[in-house]
Amino acid sequence: MTTVAAPARATTRVNRGHAVGDAITMAWRNLLNIKRNPQLLVFATIQPVIFVVMFRYVFGGAIQGSLPAGQTYVNFLMPGIFVQTIVFGALTTGVGLADDLSKGLVDRFRSLPMARSAVLVGRTLADFVRNFFVVILMCVVGFIVGWTIGTDVFGLLGAIGIILAFSYALSWVFAIVGLTVKDAETAQAVSFPILAPLVFASSAFVPVATMPSWLQGWARNQPVSVVVNAARSLTIGVGPTSEYVIKAIIWIVGIIAVCAPIAVARYRRAV
Amino acid sequence: MIWLKENALGWEPVAEPAIVVDHLVKCFGDVEAVKGVSFEVPEGRVLGLLGPNGAGKTTVVRMLTTLLRPDGGNARVLGIDVKEDPQAVRANIGLAGQYAAVDENLTGRENLVLVGKLAHLDGDEIEARAHELLEQFALEHAADRISRTYSGGMRRRLDLAAALVHRPPVLFLDEPTTGLDPQGRNDLWGVIEELVARGTTVLLTTQYLEEADVLADNIVVIDHGSVIAEGTAAQLKERMGSTVIEITLRDDDGAARAADALVPVGTASRDGKLIRVNVPGGAGARSMLEAVRILDGEHLDPATMVLREPTLDDVFLDLTGHTTADSDEGEGS
Repeated sequence: MTTVAAPARATTRVNRGHAVGDAITMAWRNLLNIKRNPQLLVFATIQPVIFVVMFRYVFGGAIQGSLPAGQTYVNFLMPGIFVQTIVFGALTTGVGLADDLSKGLVDRFRSLPMARSAVLVGRTLADFVRNFFVVILMCVVGFIVGWTIGTDVFGLLGAIGIILAFSYALSWVFAIVGLTVKDAETAQAVSFPILAPLVFASSAFVPVATMPSWLQGWARNQPVSVVVNAARSLTIGVGPTSEYVIKAIIWIVGIIAVCAPIAVARYRRAV
Repeated sequence: MIWLKENALGWEPVAEPAIVVDHLVKCFGDVEAVKGVSFEVPEGRVLGLLGPNGAGKTTVVRMLTTLLRPDGGNARVLGIDVKEDPQAVRANIGLAGQYAAVDENLTGRENLVLVGKLAHLDGDEIEARAHELLEQFALEHAADRISRTYSGGMRRRLDLAAALVHRPPVLFLDEPTTGLDPQGRNDLWGVIEELVARGTTVLLTTQYLEEADVLADNIVVIDHGSVIAEGTAAQLKERMGSTVIEITLRDDDGAARAADALVPVGTASRDGKLIRVNVPGGAGARSMLEAVRILDGEHLDPATMVLREPTLDDVFLDLTGHTTADSDEGEGS
């Protein structure tokens, strides 16, 4: 070990205008983490690919009959699979934060003169980028199994945009979970019971009309269904598109408006 | 606040100590984890904060490093109040924690660059600083390896390097060598000594008296959230009675009899078959001989007899009535 340089007194400066730069630095760090663990990304996409194949070829025949005439199940299914994938993907925001907390990394960040918001914003931004690649991959898989766009390229882009915006909103929900339970395994365990009713009691895989009436009210209006409906009408071209899209945007904005401040407050207090 | 020092001409103003802790209090729910702790660390000196697990050491460090907000009292680092301007405090401190807080999926170099960016060093300075630290901490050969592959000692060095990226004048080390092998511990001690030689102020928590002995100018012992002793390592050891005779008997019964019989030798305490006798300074060998005679006279047959220097356990036994191993409720955090 060679000589250690002298620490000059108070060389560091305090600058309070670093929120954006620090968030980008943190996003860079989180993306490097994803890049170093490509297997996580692979497993995150294998499951939805299996779902696509299974629902398309196994359940598709049975469910086809409940669909409005002229609709194919694969076109009905794909927006649902997208949303299901990013909902479960949002879990990684919470798991990653809990991991940073339990390993003491958050202590290091909190002892640095960086922007307080950067850890959370950087994390959700990185997960947004990750989701972007997952969605692109899912599109490719969809086209291979016969997914067709009934509208146009703008419909498709609109659908992807809404799905990604929803994924960003959900990242904040799971940021709260991660900051609350403070360990990765628990974050995972706690999240599943929240996710399952959202994803499966929804219009993601089956038409809501096939469900018992007591469930339909929930299934029709809960955020996953609303986002799936918006993405579906944007890609199939059937249904009250603008109504669905507006409802979806209300949910997305509402979730961020409620959850982001809670997550930031929790981060400030997290020990 | 103005600090005064008495000299031949009367009182003269001097710089405030680098760390001033003044009746600091922290509660977790109903539990008062830190109960009015006060101490000071002059600039360029090392303070060793000693105490058993759960004594409140880490809680004190977390308040000083702005990770926890104090519930009472004050603390200033380089004159900056930790409650009033935590961001300015952060710009002047480095923290290396109990467990090495490095990102395992980043290389050693990337870890340092990350901290450099977050501490807002100039862009072109960051790479140079990372390179410099990797060299100083003997991590150059592993600079571009993912830090998950590092040994425990390498991770600790990287953690300490990360705490130094922005050249903080005040350094907090929370049990920096726990879990390191003797070689790794010695290496790290060398690094800390060099930093101090160049003017860094250090607050160090540890469970090892030896570590405090080597590194610290002054030691503060806390237990149950309060300061129970303060002084140099030599002063604390003197307090202990300078030598300890440890005797193991073959059964509890014999041990009880032996403990009573050994009262003339020194302060004896018994834990099962084990007896610890604190004997006055300088008389170790003679006391040992006396103990042998007494045991022989009582027809007691010890399994082992050892004469040794006091350890941290003896310090705690003497100060708190329990050993470090006894109170293992974990740090209140």
